Amino acid sequence: MNGELAPKHHILAVLVENKFGVLTRVSGLFARRGFNIVSLAVSPTEDENYSRMTIVVDADSAPLEQVTKQLNKLIPVIKIQELSPDQAVERELMLVTVKSSSEVRSQITELAAIFEARIEDVGYDAITILVAGRPEKLDAMSDLLAPFGIVEIQRTGLIALPKLGRRPARLRAVKDQPS
Amino acid sequence: MKLTGAQALIKSLEMENTEVMFGLPGGAILPVYDPLIDSSIRHILVRHEQGAGHMAEGYAHATGRPGVAMVTSGPAATNIVTPLCDAYMDSIPLVVITGQVPYSVIGTDAFQECDTVGITMPITKHNWLITDAQDIPQVVAEAFHVATTGRPGPVLVDVPKDIAMQEMDWYWPEAIDLPGYQPTTEGHPKQIKEAARLMGEAKRPIIYAGGGILKARAAAALRELAEMTGFPVVTTLMARGAFPDDHELCLGMPGMHGNYTAVTAMQESDLLIALGSRFDDRVTGKLDGFAPEAKIIHVDIDPAELGKVRRPDVALLGDCRLVIEEMIKAVRADQDKKGKKSGSRWPSIEKWRNHLRDYQERYPLVYEQFDDGPLKPQFCIDQLAALSPDDTIVASGVGQHQMWTSQRWTFNHPYTWINSGGLGTMGFAVPAAIGAKVGMPERTVWAVDGDGCFQMTAQELVTASAERIPVKIAILNNAYLGMVRQWQEMFYEERYSEVYLSPDLPDYVKWSEAMGCVGFRVDSPEDVGPTIEKANEIDDRPVVIDFRTDYREKVFPMVAAGTSNSDVIIDPDTERLRGK
Repeated sequence: MNGELAPKHHILAVLVENKFGVLTRVSGLFARRGFNIVSLAVSPTEDENYSRMTIVVDADSAPLEQVTKQLNKLIPVIKIQELSPDQAVERELMLVTVKSSSEVRSQITELAAIFEARIEDVGYDAITILVAGRPEKLDAMSDLLAPFGIVEIQRTGLIALPKLGRRPARLRAVKDQPS
Repeated sequence: MKLTGAQALIKSLEMENTEVMFGLPGGAILPVYDPLIDSSIRHILVRHEQGAGHMAEGYAHATGRPGVAMVTSGPAATNIVTPLCDAYMDSIPLVVITGQVPYSVIGTDAFQECDTVGITMPITKHNWLITDAQDIPQVVAEAFHVATTGRPGPVLVDVPKDIAMQEMDWYWPEAIDLPGYQPTTEGHPKQIKEAARLMGEAKRPIIYAGGGILKARAAAALRELAEMTGFPVVTTLMARGAFPDDHELCLGMPGMHGNYTAVTAMQESDLLIALGSRFDDRVTGKLDGFAPEAKIIHVDIDPAELGKVRRPDVALLGDCRLVIEEMIKAVRADQDKKGKKSGSRWPSIEKWRNHLRDYQERYPLVYEQFDDGPLKPQFCIDQLAALSPDDTIVASGVGQHQMWTSQRWTFNHPYTWINSGGLGTMGFAVPAAIGAKVGMPERTVWAVDGDGCFQMTAQELVTASAERIPVKIAILNNAYLGMVRQWQEMFYEERYSEVYLSPDLPDYVKWSEAMGCVGFRVDSPEDVGPTIEKANEIDDRPVVIDFRTDYREKVFPMVAAGTSNSDVIIDPDTERLRGK
């Protein structure tokens, strides 16, 4: 998987009711309106009635305005925030299992240290590394590990929260906009 | 008070003032049909679930109240998918109740199980699977609220059989709490003022009225706005009747088969005031050639429509009636202000009006009926309109007959035209007419249908006979799938592929009689009027007239698919027949 984000992408933080079928409603809407999802992460929030979806949308597939307006029409969608990449803390998690004979193990752990990654599991001829960060960092890590032989990669997709700047973060609450 | 889920469901429907529902029982919905015996709700037993859905649509179209249908699980639910999609496209408020296999066996591929909520998710405004009988009143109240407010649309409530048999404590919710659903109804005052300003500057304005006018009960407001500004009005296929056809400002229907003046007026306009219309591809033609010089004021209750197709200069989110009423005030204020300043109010648009009158004279809708036949479909429609009451409700199917009826009928009242616009559902007319007649029993209801359409849902005339619903059906029987034939003639080098039906297979008169209707056949022009008069006198059972019409007749004008509205193809005989 190439985790590199499309050059034009948008991050939508979507607060939804925590009910069954909501993920289907959201993903189904993207499919039938022809909007492309780059990544999607769903998790519970501080309030058990709601979940938060972090959706990275390929901006070339559809005007963002249509995406948010159509999403807003879904009744379980409570609130949508558009997080512009420079105004948000964006992070992603990657687990990668890489071939590792005893000769190269130290090279790999050294690399892991540079990336502030953690060794999560060590096997006879492979190790599993956990690394968190911006998607570009994860891309770089996987590129550098590739020569050793990657066995499996799992990435979470992006999650994001607005930056807590000195000025109020440039959030756009789309739900209440008149048009 | 302890009730079963089924009793609570029926009682909830009564609480929502449901007076009639259309449906057909079956395994999973059986528990709900039992308390129906003791209910005040009239139930119309259909012959096919698709009929129930379209009847509910016809009822909703004619009355403005939500149509209610109830069917069982599995195949019954899939049979009502077409009406749900139809209602979704045309924003018709429907509440559909489906039975479901017991909750305890969902997911096991049980008999007559299907994922109804999953299947109908993209074609309903919202849907619910009930998992606890205690939720039933709340969900039903929410369902009616969602179906009828904002941009109306169909909703579906899926009720598992064991939930219907479960006991619950009856209550009726005092309030609806849907934090994710709060439609905006009032227009933004600043935008309304800006709209009035643009209207005051326009030299070639057109009001582009859509189905939203009817949904918002805004016909009277629209008329006031048109008359105070003198702006001409086009009414889309979904808005026929929203503005009276005999009004001097009415230009009629625009679009692919709209009349020349309506289509061209939009093309030449410098300001389109879109009221509850959605720039559908059948109206705009090739989008980048559509109304190239026009500024756009777009009023809609659905925020996603604003800017979806054409970027408006003034976007006005809100209920059409409320926004138009505010527009009227803003226009008056703007006119008064300009009147004080310069002595004259708004600049005259008389030149524009005269220009359009000239088009109307030069490019009328034409056809020619010879005394010795063949029978022209347009002649049948003209006679039907002339010989039926002014407030007759007309339903149609989809195809040539639909376009001719929309073009030729003089709709002078709102809610008199019922058709399938967005989805284009063949077979819509017969059940929709039945539903309309149930809702408006004192009115004459005609369905103008094609022979292809009629064969898709004709069995519902059995329902109409059994329930004594005296609808009238005019089949324009040209023995072809006429619109397909027209396209094959014009765009496929007259290669007629799988398009011929037959004028007399089935025998429509015998078939109608077998279904308990009175059946007539008309072959010659002189029989058209007398037969319609006979049909209009029958009030105790349905009537079907089989009009044998000329299969060569085509619908004009036409904007070919993918071409610009500037390239209207008019009837080649226009010049010769003008004034006839």
